[in-house]
Amino acid sequence: MNDLQQLASDVVKTATKSGATAADCVVREGSEFSTTVRCNEIEQLKESGAKGIGLRVFLGHRTASSYTSDFSPKGIERLVSSALAAARVTSEDPCAGLPEAEHVGSHPDELGLYHDDVSRLEPSFMIDLARKTEQIAFDCDPRIRNSEGGTFDSYRGRKILATSQGFFGEYRHSTCSLSVAPIAVPETDGKAGTLGMQRDYWYSLSRSFAGLETPEQVARKAAERTLRKLGARKISTCRIPIILDQLTAGSLLQNLFEAINGDAIYRGASFLVGKLGEKVASEHVTIVDDGTMPGGFGSSPFDGEGVRSGRTVVMDRGVLTSYMLNCYAARKLGMKTTGNASRGMAGNPGIGPTNFFLQPGPHSPDEIIRSVKNGFYVTDFIGFGVNAVTGDFSRGASGMWIENGELAYPVEEVTVAGNLLEMFHGIAMVGTDLEFRGSVASPTLKISEMTVAGN
Amino acid sequence: MQRERKFFEEKYGITEADLEKYLGAALSAGGEYADLYFEYQESTSISLDESLVKGATQGVSAGCGVRVLSGERTGYAYTDDLSSDKILKAAQVAAHISNGPARVSTVGLSELQLSRSLYPVVTAPTDIEIAAKLDLVLRADKAARAHDNRITQVRVGYADEVRHVLTVASDGGVTSDYQPLARISVFCLAQEGKMTQRGFSGGGGRVELKFFLEDKTPEYFAEEAARQAIVQLSAVDAPAGEMEVVLGPGWPGILLHEAIGHGLEADFNRKKTSAFSGLIGQKVASELCTVVDDGTLPSRRGSLNVDDEGTPTSQTVLIEKGVLRGYLQDKLSGRLTGASLTGNGRRESYADIPMPRMTNTFMLAGESEPEDIIRSVRRGLYAVQFGGGQVDITNGKFVFSASEAYLIEDGKVTRPVRNATLIGSGPEVLKHVSMVGHDLALDEGIGTCGKNGQTIPVGVGIPTIKIDRLTVGGTG
Repeated sequence: MNDLQQLASDVVKTATKSGATAADCVVREGSEFSTTVRCNEIEQLKESGAKGIGLRVFLGHRTASSYTSDFSPKGIERLVSSALAAARVTSEDPCAGLPEAEHVGSHPDELGLYHDDVSRLEPSFMIDLARKTEQIAFDCDPRIRNSEGGTFDSYRGRKILATSQGFFGEYRHSTCSLSVAPIAVPETDGKAGTLGMQRDYWYSLSRSFAGLETPEQVARKAAERTLRKLGARKISTCRIPIILDQLTAGSLLQNLFEAINGDAIYRGASFLVGKLGEKVASEHVTIVDDGTMPGGFGSSPFDGEGVRSGRTVVMDRGVLTSYMLNCYAARKLGMKTTGNASRGMAGNPGIGPTNFFLQPGPHSPDEIIRSVKNGFYVTDFIGFGVNAVTGDFSRGASGMWIENGELAYPVEEVTVAGNLLEMFHGIAMVGTDLEFRGSVASPTLKISEMTVAGN
Repeated sequence: MQRERKFFEEKYGITEADLEKYLGAALSAGGEYADLYFEYQESTSISLDESLVKGATQGVSAGCGVRVLSGERTGYAYTDDLSSDKILKAAQVAAHISNGPARVSTVGLSELQLSRSLYPVVTAPTDIEIAAKLDLVLRADKAARAHDNRITQVRVGYADEVRHVLTVASDGGVTSDYQPLARISVFCLAQEGKMTQRGFSGGGGRVELKFFLEDKTPEYFAEEAARQAIVQLSAVDAPAGEMEVVLGPGWPGILLHEAIGHGLEADFNRKKTSAFSGLIGQKVASELCTVVDDGTLPSRRGSLNVDDEGTPTSQTVLIEKGVLRGYLQDKLSGRLTGASLTGNGRRESYADIPMPRMTNTFMLAGESEPEDIIRSVRRGLYAVQFGGGQVDITNGKFVFSASEAYLIEDGKVTRPVRNATLIGSGPEVLKHVSMVGHDLALDEGIGTCGKNGQTIPVGVGIPTIKIDRLTVGGTG
């Protein structure tokens, strides 16, 4: 056992010796390096490590938790006593408890979550990559006159979970990312001003340095996304077909996740309550949550409660087949956990996606755009106007107007509104272009019709 | 000696000689300025759901962040281990942002004594037994359910924290602060037939527990959340398109936060990445609009005695009678542009680099009667409660989402409408303000602002105002 493993198991032992009927303890340790180069000068360098312990205790069916960054014996003593003190005041809840034994365990395969090449990167090399990425973006077009910088981030960490049932798990993980946010300035009468400036960004994220896209790939995509926004205008209020690109489709999927989150279901706080087995989307929609995808950003051998990771089909050709559950929500609903317990340092385990994605379809993104006579290709959403209780959806959007199957001109300062249920039923085409740039991902999607509010 | 300096000395053995040693290490490669930020935070949270107290959490986190400035460059390192060798190591790592001969930091530290205390809390909520706070969430649950039998679900959260902070700068300045913060939040669901709707309310500030017993009780927030959920049961689809919009007083001030405030943060303007870059002295709003950021309001959630760089907070006029006056500064932008500091350098924790951020942002009261403002609208939207908002700093487009809004038809508030997002352009929207009420109100103290991944508590406020033209993003 290494020192942190020993610590986790000692904390659990101390908790049970002090009166807890059950306990689990999560220990995290990580180190980060981050650098931003802006206008060819280093703007920020950050390098550090941090650690933390989170403890959850049970007194029968009462539960509470505590956390600390103080690993000293005194710090641990306080961690245990404050969790127990809090547990004495919480309510008896028959559904509270550690996982049932049948679910506990670690996925046996090597999931490729840690790659040593991330730890071998020299600061000067990472700075140069950020610098190079920004420079290529500048070189793409003279209208790119400013930038919020090129950034290289890397993170390496370890997570340990120990429970009083005897579960013990540990895994290491690594990520690195390269991004750039260019700013394009329109030229009016040969003069560049700040009026009409546009900013966009692109990034690559990988568990290994070897898997990262090149500075050229990242910079060109960022420059292209930024330049095409120049000259954006508002359009008139209308009902039209909507195409969501990979990023905006991915954020729609996150909205859906909130509505199939078991906590929202047992509380009656979702428009998908009672819809299991019903058709809630078009037949083109199949959605999977897979915690075992090799190298996935949401993969792990076990979830935040020590439940073995697995794969869940959430929606099968439009039919809702599963909610996303941790042990608590599963007990509330009389179901089995799907291994989606998410665990921060503090509080009861929540529910989060592992690798949550919409299965790719048969259409290339170009083909989808060509299928629309007049429509709106959305490349950016802003704001939080989504209500999981009712499914009401209204968000700020920008992107490109589609005219006769081609991207015609940029659009901004409009909203796109509808209802999530209608939107998922309205998914008429699904793209081939599923790519993971995070744990939630979708290919390009076409929605038959939504309201765009503008002039 | 300042109380918080003594706190870190007693708890971690950090002496004046140590502080000078760390600063020396931070400037060992020639940085122009360095500072140390010590933070010790204790927190409590309680959650109630289905009338059961399902969770309670208590925690402690502590650490030190070391920052070194060299021109436009920032080097940063932190440690959550406050032992001497770890802090020294962090200082050496941060020092590498510069590459030159060592600089000597000012010999001798001097403590900045503040003559005011904006939150003279005698007993911090964190020093009170958790059992005493339990009653608050139970009372809120009871009140929300009693409000109307169509309330089917109630969730209540209570959270408090206290931070001990100590900032030591290489120019010799030492400041410290003791920052309490507490809030209650209530989320309700109302059901009628097949329709379910939600309501949310909450508030607090840098207050003692008795604030929730005497000033704003759990019942106050619970009834407001329940009321909102019930109102939504009869809501119709929101309209779509440009129209006249009246914002009610208080929380709708989030408009100013998104449309104006972020765009006036000095970092964006120094880098010319904001839609407001270079507009100082120009007209960006109607003459009726004066907008300030004020970190000195007693007990408010967004207030601070000193910001997270040790600068005393102040009131900064952002827009005066429609003319853009000033930016929100932190030390880095202030140094680079020669601007005076405004006390807006804030950070989420010791692990984060400070940035220019808002405190409490609001519009000063005007002279119109709120009733006259509504009466002047033929067809429009009256929005009184909002969820979150967001802005694209560079093109200035912002959104904020109404959670409680009504149609105005022929000068009268009529039917409630379902959630709708409002969208506009920061440098344009306030030009269309044609009436400002005398009823300035600040929000209840629940706002949180995110920037570059760092979240901090903030406040907003606004009187009733009329905007002649704004796009409402409904479906109807």
